[in-house]
Amino acid sequence: MAVALPTIEIEHPALPRPMRFPDFANWEEPQREGDRVITFREALREAMTNAMREDERVFLLGEEVAEYNGAYKVSQGMLEEFGPKRIIDTPISENGFAGMAIAAAMAGLKPIVEFMSWSFSLVAADQILNNAPKMLYMSGGQWGCPIVFRGNDGAGGQLGSTHSWCVEGLYSNVPGVKIAIPSNPLDAKGLLRTAIADPDPVFFLESERMLGDTMHVPEEDYFIPFGRARLAREGGDCTLVSFGRPVHFCMEAAEALAKDGIEADVLDMRTIRPLDIEAIVRSVKMTNRVVVVDQCWPFASVASEVVTQIVEHAFDWLDHQPVRVNTADVPTPYAKGLEAAYLPNANRIIEAVKGVVG
Amino acid sequence: MPRTVAYKAQIEHLSVLDENGKLDAALAKKLGKDLLGDEQVLMAYEHMTVCRQYDEVAFRLQRSGRMGTFPQNKGQEAVAIGSALAARKGQDWLVPAYRENAALFLHGLPMHSVLVYWMGDERGSQIPQGVKITPLSVPIGTHMLHAAGIAWASKIRKEDSVTLTYFGDGATSEGDFHEAANFAGVLQVPCIFICQNNSWAISVPREKQTASETFAQKALAYGIPTIQVDGNDLFAVYAATREAHERARKGGGPSFIEAVTYRLADHTTADDASRYRDTKELDAWKAKDPLIRLRRYLEKQDLWSDEQQEALEAKAKAIVQEVVKAAEEMPKPEITDIFDYTFAEIPESLRVQRDTMRTTSLGQDPRQAGLGARAGR
Ligand SMILES: Cc1ncc(C[n+]2csc(CCOP(=O)(O)OP(=O)(O)O)c2C)c(N)n1
Ligand SMILES: [Mg+2]
Repeated sequence: MAVALPTIEIEHPALPRPMRFPDFANWEEPQREGDRVITFREALREAMTNAMREDERVFLLGEEVAEYNGAYKVSQGMLEEFGPKRIIDTPISENGFAGMAIAAAMAGLKPIVEFMSWSFSLVAADQILNNAPKMLYMSGGQWGCPIVFRGNDGAGGQLGSTHSWCVEGLYSNVPGVKIAIPSNPLDAKGLLRTAIADPDPVFFLESERMLGDTMHVPEEDYFIPFGRARLAREGGDCTLVSFGRPVHFCMEAAEALAKDGIEADVLDMRTIRPLDIEAIVRSVKMTNRVVVVDQCWPFASVASEVVTQIVEHAFDWLDHQPVRVNTADVPTPYAKGLEAAYLPNANRIIEAVKGVVG
Repeated sequence: MPRTVAYKAQIEHLSVLDENGKLDAALAKKLGKDLLGDEQVLMAYEHMTVCRQYDEVAFRLQRSGRMGTFPQNKGQEAVAIGSALAARKGQDWLVPAYRENAALFLHGLPMHSVLVYWMGDERGSQIPQGVKITPLSVPIGTHMLHAAGIAWASKIRKEDSVTLTYFGDGATSEGDFHEAANFAGVLQVPCIFICQNNSWAISVPREKQTASETFAQKALAYGIPTIQVDGNDLFAVYAATREAHERARKGGGPSFIEAVTYRLADHTTADDASRYRDTKELDAWKAKDPLIRLRRYLEKQDLWSDEQQEALEAKAKAIVQEVVKAAEEMPKPEITDIFDYTFAEIPESLRVQRDTMRTTSLGQDPRQAGLGARAGR
């Protein structure tokens, strides 16, 4: 049986009640015999379902979310439980339903908007970038926008240039949004729960590549706070910073590097806005070397920001210039071999780490 | 002041060839005695049959893991062929979405290109010189603006060219459609909007897509002449497109055609339509299959026999076999190809990435970057 999590309560004026958070950032419960194991998509569904059971203001809308159970089956069965008033199929009008949902959030509801793919959020750019994140600011603090936009983000599934966007590079530039990118089912549930409760707009990025990943996830409700990275592995020779799917590439690289006597810290950022720069700096001050792995394009990417902040905060502790591992600086290729060559992978990370450690 | 009528309109529905292959001869005559000659109908039928075979084979390729996803044209061939026949190959532009293969082939896109594309290879979108077709566009709706833009360009350049663009019922919910239609109307550009209303956008039925009685009436709001046609009727689609085409060439601006049809296949190979579509509905539409009715028509005209059908089916199989072979024999792309088309001329930073195939920030091995570990640390 899962053990109850130690939690702390956090209060916020916009929350109906104090939120419960695990009281340590790097909690990972060892899996035990008989523990419940669920998939990433089930973890997401559980977070939404729990939030909807608890709070009538929460509802889900998007293309194919109801009858079809979601393009990636994340909302399977939710129409049955909550009915068509709260699980809403929309016409193919991303700009339309994003804007309408923003209005619903302003009017006191708590919408979860599913983009079949974050690639399609680009046609709703004005609403999600120019409206949602600025509403509170422009209304002098009167009108918040407690909304979650979520969906599949990133390449790897051979979907071609237009459907393989990693929007975090572009969107994280905008003040007023929070961006969560979980790398595993446990985090997915806790982070999505927090996202829905959050009083501000949250972009929640899931990788279609990981939706089938399984893990022990406690049945009870829990929240994982934003801006608290998880130390996925302790090394000491080099810090690997990543978020989302590439965390797994980092772990793979770290295990391989360990065989060569190089031990890496692996930090899973969980959210990039807010960014837990303290956790990064703490690790870098011990390892003095850092490689940032990011599946966005390199120019002005999240990795660029992380490196900048490391230089700002820990310049004197660095024994080697920080290195970024991004995708190639080209549109996402469609062909299988080309797409693989374009993405960051364990080998590239190993090479980069050896470069900074050697 | 009394209430007066500020605007009044109605939507015409055109149907010439019925489900049993019976042609409304009087209407056909009225539409022009050269509506579609026997030779053209035979050619269209052959082409449609080849495309149907192409669809079936593509589906099997996907099922056996030799292709990614594939959106079938099955059941909607009359819209594609009827409209493409009314346009001039190599002179008029086709701006497709992804479900009108038959039209593209008729206008010179090599058949294997589309397979290559869906097998996951951009080279499938390399359109041969002289073929006036833009690459398949999967982001819903965005290509309609390109169509309006291409038509605008041909108007400015005084070129004798009309642009046809294809899209689904679902695509009319995107803002892009409305913006494209508005521009086309305001600028009076030679553009024909062909809405393939197949009743479904993946699992979303048309009633959930729009409260409009017809899709055709949406064009009225933009001052665009509009009509609804039986989309499984080659003659009706052809007649409507030809009329729109003539109007466009005479400087009469854009037109809208709602072709009422049905996809007899799943949305794509990644879908299972039986989960949301009623089999009764599907069966009813199977009876309206554009191929069946065209064959019946040809038989009634004594233009077609069972032997010819057999020969055609064999020919279709042979053609598609060749096409698949051509697609599969395409040499694998080089890994370094990914760097070739980002800019007209490859910049230094990308050249380094290409030469080293390293996508670290330095584009090269950090140890050799000349900026390595600081001495004395
Ligand atoms: C901007 C955008 N939103 C969503 C999608 C996902 N999508 C692909 S096809 C499709 C349905 C399109 O329906 P319709 O326009 O009726 O064309 P049909 O497939 O029926 O021919 C959807 C929602 C997409 N490709 N692009
Ligand atoms: Mg449709």
